[in-house]
Amino acid sequence: MRRRALLRYGTLGLAAVAVTLFAGWWQVEGPGAPDIAMGDRRPLPLTNMDFTLTDHEGRPVGPETLIGRPSLVFFGFTWCPQVCPTTLADISHWLDGLGAEAGILNTVLITVDPERDTAQAMAEYVGYFHPQIRGWTGTPAQIARAAEGFRVRYEKVALDGGNYTMNHTAGVFLFDATGALVSIIDFHEPREFALPKIRRAMERSEPGTG
Amino acid sequence: MRPFGIATLVLSLLAAAPPVLADGDDVVIEDAWSRASIGTSRPGVAYMTLRNTGAEPVMVTGMRTDLAMMPMIHATTTDAQGVTRMSHMEEVEIAAGEAVALAPGGLHVMLMDLQRPMVEGESYTLSVIFADGTEASIQVPILGMASRGPAD
Repeated sequence: MRRRALLRYGTLGLAAVAVTLFAGWWQVEGPGAPDIAMGDRRPLPLTNMDFTLTDHEGRPVGPETLIGRPSLVFFGFTWCPQVCPTTLADISHWLDGLGAEAGILNTVLITVDPERDTAQAMAEYVGYFHPQIRGWTGTPAQIARAAEGFRVRYEKVALDGGNYTMNHTAGVFLFDATGALVSIIDFHEPREFALPKIRRAMERSEPGTG
Repeated sequence: MRPFGIATLVLSLLAAAPPVLADGDDVVIEDAWSRASIGTSRPGVAYMTLRNTGAEPVMVTGMRTDLAMMPMIHATTTDAQGVTRMSHMEEVEIAAGEAVALAPGGLHVMLMDLQRPMVEGESYTLSVIFADGTEASIQVPILGMASRGPAD
């Protein structure tokens, strides 16, 4: 009897340890882990961010604007001929690939170059890509505050002839409808990896699953 | 006597030059394209594949076009923190029998100081300059701003 009780508690104990280990693995390394390629520089949940910006139509926006729908957010600047048009072209292609489903996604480009990227400049620029893409700008201080929440880095680099360019974090951040970070689409990763990641952010946003 | 002296000097300089690379005639330029621009204030971009069909390495030292005052080859790199930056490449070597792709996300020609807007459907002449002084000129078609390449 004593022996049987011992066996039972022992088994229960082992099961509890196994469940704990499994849960830990699931969240850290398993399918439940956010796939981050940026070391410890992962964006905060949108709900922990606090910033105000202006969209390309002059409306005030902030992290709360994005809550309630899955979101795709990236930082760039419209004077860049390479990374930003490439990213915007890719995003336009992904949105087309998702078809009608894409309608629920917030898709936002936040500028790291508020000096040149006025709301008007943003409006002109995003107009060349998928109509769902929004452009957000603000004062240099507002942009710095937003970038801090997303843990985005950027710096101004002087070019010959008095011009300048910007170095910046180029990944695309995916958040679910609750504002939790789901994953990051790296600028250099193969394009075919992107759609499953976006679908995952959208699935996590369906009622009852998130 | 004097002209002869200069000729001798030039010849001796040529003789002292490093091993001669294959010339630009061995390079085939494929799939060139550009994105349309918004006006002229922002820089433009050009992409292409440079294929060296010769038996010697070829060095690309620059680009020339009347579309932009300062066309330059840039590399795109991303550091461990995910920050992407552009760096100016003074020269790009193409190994014998190899190809170098200038493509979205990597090497590209940045067209600084545009002289006119780049309009979708039009094209312009771009010359690739090689280390031996030869040039190869191509017509670059301008695709839409949201294009991802000629095959898109």
